Order: sequence, then structure tokens, then C-alpha cells
Amino acid sequence: MSAAILSVKDLTFTYSGSSSAAVKGVSFNIEPGTVTAILGPNGAGKTTLLHLLLGIQLPLSGSILLDEQPLRSYSRRNLSRLLGLVPQSEYVPFEYSVIEYVTLGRAPYLGPLELPGEADIEIARGALESASISHLENRPIPALSGGELQLVLLARALCQQPRILLLDEPTSHLDLSNRNITLRILDQLRASGTTIIFSTHDPEAAALIADDLVLMRSGQVLDTGDLDSIFTSEKLSRTYGTPVEVIRVEDLRIVKSMETLR
Amino acid sequence: MKTNRRIVNLFAILLPLVIFGISIFIGRYPKPLFMPLDTLLNDQLGQQLVLNLRLPRLITAALLGSSLAAAGGVMQMLFRNPLVEPGFLGVTQGAGFGAALSILFLSISPLVIEISAAAFAVLGLLLSYFIARRIRFGGWVLRLVLSGIAVSALFSAGLGILKYLADPTSQLPEIVFWLLGGLWAVTWNDLLFILPAVVIGLVIIFLMRWRLNLLALNDETAFSLGVAVGRERVLLLGASVLVTAAVVSVAGIVGWIGLIIPHIARRIAGANAAAYIPISMSLGAAFAMICDDIARVLTTGEIPLGILTSLLGAGIFLVMMTARSMRISR
Repeated sequence: MSAAILSVKDLTFTYSGSSSAAVKGVSFNIEPGTVTAILGPNGAGKTTLLHLLLGIQLPLSGSILLDEQPLRSYSRRNLSRLLGLVPQSEYVPFEYSVIEYVTLGRAPYLGPLELPGEADIEIARGALESASISHLENRPIPALSGGELQLVLLARALCQQPRILLLDEPTSHLDLSNRNITLRILDQLRASGTTIIFSTHDPEAAALIADDLVLMRSGQVLDTGDLDSIFTSEKLSRTYGTPVEVIRVEDLRIVKSMETLR
Repeated sequence: MKTNRRIVNLFAILLPLVIFGISIFIGRYPKPLFMPLDTLLNDQLGQQLVLNLRLPRLITAALLGSSLAAAGGVMQMLFRNPLVEPGFLGVTQGAGFGAALSILFLSISPLVIEISAAAFAVLGLLLSYFIARRIRFGGWVLRLVLSGIAVSALFSAGLGILKYLADPTSQLPEIVFWLLGGLWAVTWNDLLFILPAVVIGLVIIFLMRWRLNLLALNDETAFSLGVAVGRERVLLLGASVLVTAAVVSVAGIVGWIGLIIPHIARRIAGANAAAYIPISMSLGAAFAMICDDIARVLTTGEIPLGILTSLLGAGIFLVMMTARSMRISR
């Protein structure tokens, strides 16, 4: 087993003004080139955990090691070359074209007074291609559908050429077809060596792509491990606080809620 | 697309220069509208007039337009709101209050009025900024907008009191004229007084124009792109307020340029600040010079500049809002 690219130990974080911790004593390791899903119900602390991993929030206690170095020892600029974020959604108040918006992902490589050059725009075009949205290059952002915007945000993060890609609920407001497009792109990225961490409340989406799972509930990690050992009816029921059953149909894992509403 | 951009850039450089060249000849000497070339070459009074009155006035008009249009563009991006104008953080109302205070209690000498107006404009921003930091709810944008509104209202009330106290025959008209905005009294000294602040502020805005795009993103996203959000925001906000306070201190309150010109610039060059901020600066300079030309020649007295920019600005705004097809695409 190779050394962990990201190692989280005993991480705790509390928002100012809040009495309970949003993330409590969380520990796990991430292997390079894998896809890890942080799975849990709404309000489990998944987004907070992603923000801690990115250095947006500083933990109260515990440590995060990136390539065996403490996260805090990296400059913000260097960190932004290693870690890319795809936010859950984004409000864009101005009418950028897709290519202009995706090129913003070159910021980590540009000086404070530098403008992106031809080479940067080529990299942005490559990112559009990886996200299979080359045809949207000159489309204004407000004219995009929700699914297309999600892919634009993904392309912007790819333009950063990060080693680790973090995605916050990447499939939560996508229809089935767009969800599958997104997951297929993540699969291709994994094949090219990118480490992927994404949060989701949808166990089926996690089961489609993840190598490893981190199960979270109320700010705590209930369990971590590979898909086969973690994706069981018992563990998922505990995570979601409601009885569920995992049904296997060939390669697919279907999660059925056992609570009837009638 | 490339050639289009090149044509737009060339136009942006040439337009203010051409208008500047024409404006030198516009005024009411020796007759209304145009001064013949012959007068400029041979008439000593004409030469003096151009050199000592029209030139500083024109350059100030260009700087005024450029500054307000650039600062408006910056503020709209920082606050992620296309309806923000550069004076809204207590800057405009602060300047008005400072000018009135000087007219009433200090001196009516232009320099003292300018210093007082500039000082209170900056004070308006600082108050807004520090009150915003003490508000305990909402994001950065909401807090600054709220405190900006409150500080503006305080200064506006203070200005009301000063107007009430002012001598209605001498001081009150002076205050009212200052508030209407105008460049008729501008001299080389006034220009030199504001030049350093305006040049420094505009250079900072011009050089950091691409970064503005990053500052218009969500905080988390900007952070994940390696942006020092807090520091860069304060720097660009400071630069915009610096240029706004400087030009308002000599010209009084000149509205609408900072709101409408960035909109037009975005229509022409797109939302990318690297492309539209220079266009905004150029159009702002051209617009202010044209308005000042009209102010000089239209009547024998002089129409205050602030009235003209509001009239034309609001007119253009209405046309733009109702005719969405008027898009010059890239």
C-alpha cells in the first residue's frame, strides 16, 4: 500500500457562536489515485470537512497532512496548485463566457498583476474537453442549464491541474443523465491519476464510483474502508438513522429505504 | 473575435483623445460653441483661456470620468452587484457633508473645501468599513451594504442640518452649487492636488483588473484558487475610494457615471474585467468631457455637471434597460 496523500487525524472544528462541534475527532487516510466518497445525511458535517481539507477553515484541534507535510505549512498559492474545489453551486452575477470563466482556474499559476496568456487559454480548452463541454466554449454562463453549469465548475477546477480534486455534492441537483456524465468524467480523472474526494448524501452515486467510503453522521466518522466492507445495510442504516437495505443487481448496488410512508 | 477586440481597443484609446482635441475648441469665447483655430494661434486672450482654464478643466473632466467609471466597475465586482455605484459606502454623502462644513465654519476657499470634502469622504468609507466589521450577522457584502446605507443617511442628515443653519443668501447657494457638481472653478492647482491620488488609484485598478474576476467569486472558490481574498479586496476597495474621494472633492457630486459606464463597457467588451475595465475608463473620460462641453456652451450661465451626467446617464440607462437587443457582441 502506498503512502497516504492526505492523512486526517483527530480533526475537530466548531463554528464560532455554536455550542456543538461541526466536526468531531475525525480521522481517515486517502490513498493517491483513488476516489473517496464522504457519505452521510444532510448536516453531517461533510461540507465543513471539505473546507477544513482545503484550509478555508482552520481546525480547533487535530492535524491534516498533505504529502506528509502539515497543511498549514503550505502557502495558499501552493495549496491551490495541489487542491481544486468544485463547489455545490455558484451564483454568477455577470455574463461571462464559459471559456473566460473556466480560465479563472489558472489563477494559482499567475502573478498578481499577470493576465492569462494563450497557453493558459489552451489549458482551459483542454479542461473543457475533459469535462466534455467543448461545444459550450463561447456560451454565456447565464444561458446554461444547471447540469451544464456544474460541468463548467468542474472544468474550472480541472484548469487548476490539481493533484486532489474535492467536490461538494457534485451530483445532488443533477438529473440521471447528467449525474452519469459527471461520474464518468470522475472515472476518467481517476484513470489519469487524480485523487478525488467528494461529499454526497446519495449512497447510490457513491457506490457507482467510489473506491473508499467515509461514513459521517453528526460531525463524526462512523466508519471508513473500501466499498465492499462498508456498503452494507447495517452500516448505512446507522449512518442515515433510518432502516435501509442494500440490494445487489449484478454490478449495481441499490439502496432501498425500508420505512414506508403509508 | 481577435480583430474585433483589437478594433474595440483601438477605439478605446482614440475616442477620449479625439474628444479631448475637439473639446479644446468648445466654449463661449470668442463666440458660443467653436473657437476658430485662428483665435487659438493669434489671440492672446484665447491662448490664456485655453491654457489656464480649459486645459486643466478638460483634464480634470477626463480624470473624473475615468475614475468614477473605473471605481464603479470595481465596486460592482467586489459587491457582486451590478447596481452599485462608487460613492455608496458613505463616500458621496461624506464628501457633501465635508464641503458644507467647510463652507459654513472653515473657509470658502476652494482648497479648504476640497480637503474637507476629501477627508470626510474617506471618513465615510472608514466608518462604513469598521461598522460593517462589528455587525454580527450576514456575509461581507450584506454587512458593508447595510453600514454604507446607515453611514450615508447619517451624513445626509448632518448635511440637512448644515443647510438649515446656513445663511440663505450667501452660504446656502454655495453649498447647493457644490452639491450639484461642476468643474467651472477648476484650476491647475486643483488638478495637481488630486493628480497623485487619482494616478495611483487608477494604476492599481488597471494592473489588478483580471484579479477582480476572482474577487467576484464566492469566498470559498476564490480561496481555493489561491486568492488572498481579504487583502486584495481591501486594496482594490481602497484604490476605488481614493480616486472617487479625490475627484468628488474638486467636482462635487457627479452622479450616474460610476453606475452606467461600467454597464456600457460590459456590453461592449464582455464581463471579463481584464477587458472591460480599460473600456470603462476610456468611455468614462469621453462621457465626462462631452457632458462638460455641453455644460460650458449650452447656456450663458453654466449648467452644473452633475445635472447633465444624471440627465444623460439616466436617459441612456433607460434606453439600455428597455432595448436589450442593443448588444454589441464579441
